[in-house]
Amino acid sequence: MSAEALTGGIPLEELLRVLFFQAGFNTAVVVAGTAALGLAGGTVGTFLLLRRRALVSDALSHATLPGIAVAFLIGAALGLPGRSLPLLLAGAVVSGVLGLLTVQALARHTRLTEDSAIGAVLSVFFGLGIVLISYIQNLELAGQAGLKTFILGQTAAMARGEAIAIGLLAAGAAAAVALLFKEFRALAFDPGFAAVQGWPVARLDLALMGLATLVTVIGLQTVGLILVVALLIIPPAAARFWTDRLALMTWLAAGIGALSGWLGATLSALLPKMPAGAVIVLVAGFFFLLSFLFAPARGLAAAALRGLALRAGYAERAALVRLLAAEGGAPAPVLAAPLRLALAARGHLRGGRLTGRGRAAARRAERNRRLWERFLIDHPTLLPGQLRWGIDDIDEALPGDLVRLLEERDAQERNALARQAPAPGRLAS
Amino acid sequence: MELTLLDFLRIDFPALLAAVLACAACALVGNFLVLRRQGLMGDAISHAVLPGIVGGFLVAGTRETLPMMAGALLAAALAGVLIEAVRRLGRLESGAAMGVVFTVMFAAGVVLIERAAASGVDLDADCVLYGQLETILWLEPTGWGSLLDPAALAGLPREVMTLGFVLALCAGLVLLFYKELKITTFDPALASTLGIPAGAFHYGVVLLVAATAIAAFEAVGSILVIAMLICPAAAARMLTDRFAAQLALSVLLGVLAAVLGYGGAAFLPLWLGAEHSLNAAGMIAVASGLILALAVLFGPRHGLVGRRRGLRRVRASATPASSPGPAVLGGEA
Repeated sequence: MSAEALTGGIPLEELLRVLFFQAGFNTAVVVAGTAALGLAGGTVGTFLLLRRRALVSDALSHATLPGIAVAFLIGAALGLPGRSLPLLLAGAVVSGVLGLLTVQALARHTRLTEDSAIGAVLSVFFGLGIVLISYIQNLELAGQAGLKTFILGQTAAMARGEAIAIGLLAAGAAAAVALLFKEFRALAFDPGFAAVQGWPVARLDLALMGLATLVTVIGLQTVGLILVVALLIIPPAAARFWTDRLALMTWLAAGIGALSGWLGATLSALLPKMPAGAVIVLVAGFFFLLSFLFAPARGLAAAALRGLALRAGYAERAALVRLLAAEGGAPAPVLAAPLRLALAARGHLRGGRLTGRGRAAARRAERNRRLWERFLIDHPTLLPGQLRWGIDDIDEALPGDLVRLLEERDAQERNALARQAPAPGRLAS
Repeated sequence: MELTLLDFLRIDFPALLAAVLACAACALVGNFLVLRRQGLMGDAISHAVLPGIVGGFLVAGTRETLPMMAGALLAAALAGVLIEAVRRLGRLESGAAMGVVFTVMFAAGVVLIERAAASGVDLDADCVLYGQLETILWLEPTGWGSLLDPAALAGLPREVMTLGFVLALCAGLVLLFYKELKITTFDPALASTLGIPAGAFHYGVVLLVAATAIAAFEAVGSILVIAMLICPAAAARMLTDRFAAQLALSVLLGVLAAVLGYGGAAFLPLWLGAEHSLNAAGMIAVASGLILALAVLFGPRHGLVGRRRGLRRVRASATPASSPGPAVLGGEA
């Protein structure tokens, strides 16, 4: 989908006006409220993602529909005019939590797995909601048309007060995550350890799911219940590509979520027919794609470059070692042109022969390779995960005494080999 | 409103038949999702096909089934590839990978629908979500005799024909590859060592689920498809430990849910004196949920109630007075 094609029909001035809150107070409030919603989704979603609970919130959001419908019926029975938003959202919370508890009960107390539980709850609750909505439509009550906007979302329908309330609640959710940051970190990475340390793990889990419920429910109106789960999943998933540090990832997810909400609400304010939820999710998806491809820490391009550098490093060292062996009488290696150029550029090779620097580098590479080999043979259980064996300098990677030990063993081994092997001259004759 | 035989045969019978066929096909392939812990795949596929359906519609410009189904199948395959790419290359857990891919694709579908609506085309997200069971009509019948009349049967709605074909295809494939499916489902590693390509069967199952789901969408909508992929199979899983029994039971429960749900939506409100019927797809989903709830509570060995009683029996027999110790192990007790 091309955002350009969508914005093609819109004058740039108008775009800038909405983007920077100049297009009337109402639009500004809606855009700001949606940005706050994205921010909250990113922060809460970070911990859901790391706790591997991302799709549980999908069951939660679909399960809100029957609650909304029942709340509407109650409101109509009590004679409230039209639809009263707080009542509908209260209904959404009740049935959403009910769906969540059903998923947990099914996964914990029966032989069904969590994925089946999620699928069953999601579809059955949503089906019930559809039945109730079809019942409400038959009653022909006032305001019932608004119910369906909860499915796909609509920012255009948002009143000023609602947008402000959404913004405040979202800010509250983000603040709660900031306050519970340490606790959630322990929960996300090692719940067993957290329990042993005395953290109330079950209650923290409940708090996290409670925050997810809050974000889902306040997002219902803007993004719609099918897509609100995207606000909890996409920004953290995108942020994950940029860093391995939790605090940074949380900030990034919050930023990406807020930016998606801001840009998405802006676009949909200009295109009133476009469902806001879909536009916001597409903007977030665009950020995800950017991160997936180009993030320096875990992005595809960066990973490919790192792989290439690793191969080049191996090839260079292997070439140096073989060139050195060739000076001792072994057959001269045939080097590919790029490899020759790279070695020449480093000053290791001139006119097809090793320079002094090249010789020193070759000896270092040879020693490094041998010691790594020794290490991998003698201590296969100690494999360091973050190192490139055979390329990284072993003196920097391993403690000095261990390296000296490896050197001794390596020397012994080579002496033993030299004594066993017949002298090369006799073999040739 | 009086219910006449002719109305039933022309309006309710084809819709009920479509629902029964769709439910049976989905329930059958759903077993493999439930047993392989891929329940979310149904969720992901049914959301992700939306842009394919709309795209096929926009490209072909008609409401013909074939381009829409081709588009949907293409979108399902694309979703599968993207999920796998994000999971492997991006090193994200599979739930998050699915969540990212299917929400973005669904959003793209919604935007496409609005673009289509802007150019004056009638297509909305509703019919994809809840299907259009109510619009499946069979105009030929003149009485019960028409059920045996080949000329009238040839006029059965296209949806019913498609679903019947898909059900036959699923049943045929499951029977043909019964042994292979069984072993790759329960022990893929053993299957690989025996020379059965577990990976190929994995993708085959996903593809079969996608094809079934897409055929069922048109008639019953995506929500019912998810419910039917999961609920009957999950209910059967609570009732039996045997694979063949589970397959048969799930199809039976799916059909039961379709009949009960359709009846509950179409006839119950009329009998209760209401003027309109309720949404049938939603009601069938609710019926399947009720069946699952009953199975979870009262399943003979794995149900919550039965298990609690079993636990009590074990506790009673484990008290020192009545426990003969090793004799139990020997099987003499």
